Amino acid sequence: MQLSTRHLLGIKELTPSDISLILSTAEQFKEVLQRPVKKVPSLRDVTIVNLFYENSTRTRFSFELAQKRLSADTLNFAASSSSAAKGETLLDTVNNILSMKVDMVVIRHSSSGAPHFLAQHIPAAIVNAGDGINEHPTQALLDAFSITEKYGQLKGRKVAIIGDILHSRVAQSNIHLLNKMGAEVVVCGPPTLIPKHIQSAWNVTVSYDLKETLNWCEVANVLRIQLERQNQVLFSSLREYRLHYGINRQLLDGLQKPITVMHPGPINRGVELDSDVADSHQSIILQQVENGVAVRMAVLYLLSNRNLA
Amino acid sequence: MQPILDTTAYAKAVQQLAIALLERHPNLNNTVLVGIQQGGVVLGWDLVRQLRKESGLQDLEMGLLDITFYRDDFRTSILAPDRMNIPFSIEDKTVILIDDVLFTGRTIKAALDVLLDYGRPGRVELLVLADRKEHRQFPIQADYVALTVSTQRSQKLKLLSAEGGGQTLVLLES
Repeated sequence: MQLSTRHLLGIKELTPSDISLILSTAEQFKEVLQRPVKKVPSLRDVTIVNLFYENSTRTRFSFELAQKRLSADTLNFAASSSSAAKGETLLDTVNNILSMKVDMVVIRHSSSGAPHFLAQHIPAAIVNAGDGINEHPTQALLDAFSITEKYGQLKGRKVAIIGDILHSRVAQSNIHLLNKMGAEVVVCGPPTLIPKHIQSAWNVTVSYDLKETLNWCEVANVLRIQLERQNQVLFSSLREYRLHYGINRQLLDGLQKPITVMHPGPINRGVELDSDVADSHQSIILQQVENGVAVRMAVLYLLSNRNLA
Repeated sequence: MQPILDTTAYAKAVQQLAIALLERHPNLNNTVLVGIQQGGVVLGWDLVRQLRKESGLQDLEMGLLDITFYRDDFRTSILAPDRMNIPFSIEDKTVILIDDVLFTGRTIKAALDVLLDYGRPGRVELLVLADRKEHRQFPIQADYVALTVSTQRSQKLKLLSAEGGGQTLVLLES
């Protein structure tokens, strides 16, 4: 059993059996994380650089922890404190790092396609940790892992993705993954934040009615309103957004059945999610974060097999 | 495919191992069983059943141990990991490590590495069904062996489930 690809650029590039392999391997890594010694020696001969051209807390920590748990050597790079601030190009930066004998590159970049560009030009294995508004594949994988953990399987699951679909790489990766694994997807949000032809292009259903969507779904994956990516006014105010698309306790209690609430973080409390929803027993937001380490361990482990054999 | 043990001989070998184990550890006090995936787990459960029969101890547990993440050759042969589950503490216990076949010793070396990440056992003993003694690459030997088999390096010794229940041990040419 091995992955069909040398890089993890996006869910788009994975086959359903790749996804299953990653999720089942992650299950074994989750067991590793419960042990007294939460570490295995698998990647002790591998060096990985984390290139973060965009801010991140969860993803960066999660990747770094996954690498340490696999005994890999790691280098961390933050664009703001590096020569990128002096105008060095992405390719120059990476080639310089690679000449120090690095095997894998984890990259987050505000330009969509940056990881794909690197994959074409350098010999290391590339892992996309979020590129612009394109994909965030490890987030979708950990979301899928968390849903599977709770419900047993993805096939036939009813998943709603709610909020800013237009700017969301998390939404895009999740939609690809859920489609490939046979789950049903509804996207819900204000018309201005949902891409026009999404329904025909991606095999999802569009709804503008939050209550109707929540009544339909088993899992609601709520997205963050990405204030840093709004270069035009797509809704009039955060208060208005909250009134129509924010999830509060009263709304959840009024549903026909209890649902599970997910969020990729960071949460805008009181905008897309109220605190008494985010911190309730229906939310698996912190489990998602925990699972993220196991899923990223699986990705790095399987890619190292594929590349360094 | 050359049979080494048929189901009857296999059952007898398991019984022999159970008796030898109980002789050294009456009542299995302070002793835990851990089977190595996958053959060792199959043998392990058969051994647990036999131990229950021989000793009357009903609450015997067995841990499952998988060495995939600890292999020294995982880049040359890619293997998906198996389930790992050690639901009890091994701290200061006598751990009986169970595998179907002892060959180069590399699996056992890796299994010991895994075990030490779970705690500090007081003592570790190795129980195997078959020993391919002449191919050892590491200085490791078993404490309980049902039979020693003379083999070629390229051959494979494998535990197979038989139709109608039970296991057989066969020698495969490759």
